[in-house]
Amino acid sequence: MFKYLFAKNEDIPPGTAAVYFGFSSILWFVIGTGLGSFNAAKLAFPDFVTGSELFSFGHMRQVHVLAVIFGWISMAFAMAMMYITPALGNTKLWSEKLGVWNCFLWNIGLSTGLTLLWFGVTSGREYSDFPWFIDLYIASFIALPMAINVWMTILTRRTQGIYTTNWFFGAGVFMIAIVFIVGNSPEWFNLTGLSEAYLTWWFAHNVLGLWITPIAAAIAYYTVPKVTGNPLYSHRIGHLHFWSVVVFYSTPAAHHLMSAPLPEWLKSFASVEGVLILVPAIAFVSNLLLTMQGKWHMFVENVEIKFTITGVLMAIPLNMQGGFQQTRAINWYVHGTGWIVAHAHLALLGFSTFLEAAAVYYGLQTILRRKLFSLALANFHFWFLLIGFSIYWVSMTIAGLIQGAGKIYEVPYIDVVIAEHPYMIARWVGGTMVFTGNIVWLYNMYMTAKAGTEIPEGRLPHELAYER
Amino acid sequence: MAFREYKIGARLFGVALGGSMVITLYFPTVNMTSVAVTEIGLKKQLSYGRISGFSYEDPFLRGEGKPKTVMLDTDPKTGAQIDPIEAYVYEAGVPFPSGINHPRTLGPGVTQLSVDKGMIGEANKGAGAVFVVSRGTSQGETVTYIENASATRGWQPSDVLTTAGDANTKLVGSGKIMFVREGCWWCHTLLPEQTQDWQYFGIPPRLGDFNGESPTAFGSDRKAPDLLHVGSRNSSKEWMMMHFFNPRLVQPHSIMPRYDYLWGEKDASGKSIDFAAWRTAYTEYQKGKTVYPPEVPDYAADSEIRYLIDFVLSLK
Repeated sequence: MFKYLFAKNEDIPPGTAAVYFGFSSILWFVIGTGLGSFNAAKLAFPDFVTGSELFSFGHMRQVHVLAVIFGWISMAFAMAMMYITPALGNTKLWSEKLGVWNCFLWNIGLSTGLTLLWFGVTSGREYSDFPWFIDLYIASFIALPMAINVWMTILTRRTQGIYTTNWFFGAGVFMIAIVFIVGNSPEWFNLTGLSEAYLTWWFAHNVLGLWITPIAAAIAYYTVPKVTGNPLYSHRIGHLHFWSVVVFYSTPAAHHLMSAPLPEWLKSFASVEGVLILVPAIAFVSNLLLTMQGKWHMFVENVEIKFTITGVLMAIPLNMQGGFQQTRAINWYVHGTGWIVAHAHLALLGFSTFLEAAAVYYGLQTILRRKLFSLALANFHFWFLLIGFSIYWVSMTIAGLIQGAGKIYEVPYIDVVIAEHPYMIARWVGGTMVFTGNIVWLYNMYMTAKAGTEIPEGRLPHELAYER
Repeated sequence: MAFREYKIGARLFGVALGGSMVITLYFPTVNMTSVAVTEIGLKKQLSYGRISGFSYEDPFLRGEGKPKTVMLDTDPKTGAQIDPIEAYVYEAGVPFPSGINHPRTLGPGVTQLSVDKGMIGEANKGAGAVFVVSRGTSQGETVTYIENASATRGWQPSDVLTTAGDANTKLVGSGKIMFVREGCWWCHTLLPEQTQDWQYFGIPPRLGDFNGESPTAFGSDRKAPDLLHVGSRNSSKEWMMMHFFNPRLVQPHSIMPRYDYLWGEKDASGKSIDFAAWRTAYTEYQKGKTVYPPEVPDYAADSEIRYLIDFVLSLK
């Protein structure tokens, strides 16, 4: 990476930024899930690694959360933007050098921020835990350069229209900038009280709704047609998806605080809007599953499609949960329990991760012009991710229902802790499987870059047979 | 530019996102900032200080630059007996909370009383100040407001601390810093829910209970009991000490981490704490070789665990 930081833009091979972002994201995924596995072990066995401030649960939980959101998921998004945006505009990335710098500054900033968090330097606000100077750094040196590169690439495209994926990319980088600046404003201007609490969850909700969900979906809008060779089933449904994300997904922030003393009108409004997220969700899922017509054999045979369609299918339970669990009728039972933890992992580790993993698999092969090193290892990765996640999700959902029952029947809290214990162990087993799968993935992609079969000019990676 | 064929779409995008921001940001803010702060809200912001997360005065979250909460039964100026009163001591240089810096945030009625009768405008950060919560009448209703006792009663921070003594001084503001830094709120919420929890965890907070507090640290993932009123359920300092040192001493099934490292290196008498020996003795106890667990060391007056226990016991 370092040799390209001060090279001339035209001397940097196209795709360099995407490759750096791709490998960085995998590395952060390994780190993030490793931390997750470690934290889960602490919840199952509280005396596992004890006596040190740095290895206590309260110092490590937020490092796990922000490493996977801003390391793995967002860097995989940046990776996808750096190669998909130009590919869809039939052009080159506007500035490869800016992309390389963006990746470099991203890694530096994120490492610094997470180290500070680890030592306890926090704003004390969930999901916006970084102290305000790190927020400022993220806005100016991470989000802004990425946005400029995406917008300029779209503007300098050599196609007439803009494809669905690029609408989402262009709008997403804008929305994350707004969300980041507004959501962190309480730290810059010392806003206090309920305004601070509400903005914390406004930020947390909109990072998911206006960044993670739409960008992950945008990636699938590229991967599925590209790999299957089928055109997208319907651009109109794509329109419906895009506009309903902007209108409906940006409004229900208050449903995260249903039992807090917020104004009642705000909670009711958020709850109704929250059900309406089913509109973009159904549009997205149906559009992609219909795009698969005649190519369903690839769901079994092709690694990228296997990951993508698994992610798309997981959007169904994800949105059915998400749409209804925030209504007053259900929320009072599950709020603040492990059910929500399971749901959050269904969104980030289930739905979103599988879509991005496909983009990273496909992108690295395309840019490096190397066929994936090992199909067996890729399948190992897929199944360890899927089974590990499923164990996690099922155990946390059960634990959440136990907690909910304990909550409404006012059972002494310690009895809930005892009842949850087996599920805490299962959660640790599931998380550790995901971590193991990711180590294998990192090895597989490293070997792909080193020793993968070279892809001849004019061929696509999935057209070649696997050698291992 | 090449966006021209997307003119309508780009404008609609602005309208859609802007409209959503008006509804989800502007309207709620207008609504929430018009709420008058309650007595609980005043006591919280006065005892926690300006900010309980990262700040200039306390960049590494060590609990520095925070106010002290003292219980007074003697007037520090005249020496006369008074009804017990909680005073919030801001020594020279300690930043004031939001309500002093921006009286407007206290809400209708409270702002006026605090400025006119409470003389909070005269509080000076460089010299320090002592605040108390007083009762007054605004438009026929009894409300609580902030009184700058340094201006109204001539109470100086150092006099108040000397009169009260260390036993009556609670480092609640520094303790909230510990609560945030150690991530207590990842498992313990500070938000009894409106739909249940009344019997078990106490009354849910009200709209005005938060003005001036930042971060509110509600918590979202309740893996442990709610703590908003924990000081009313359990006010034993000894129990808290054992529970923080090793939660399994008082609750064998607890999954809470040990916070023994908050004791620091020295105990109350200035002797080094031998953690290794304590652990060995505890292992013997766990195996059933000894009848009683080892004693939890008394904490030093400037230890982080003191801050935390002072904070937790202040949650009434």
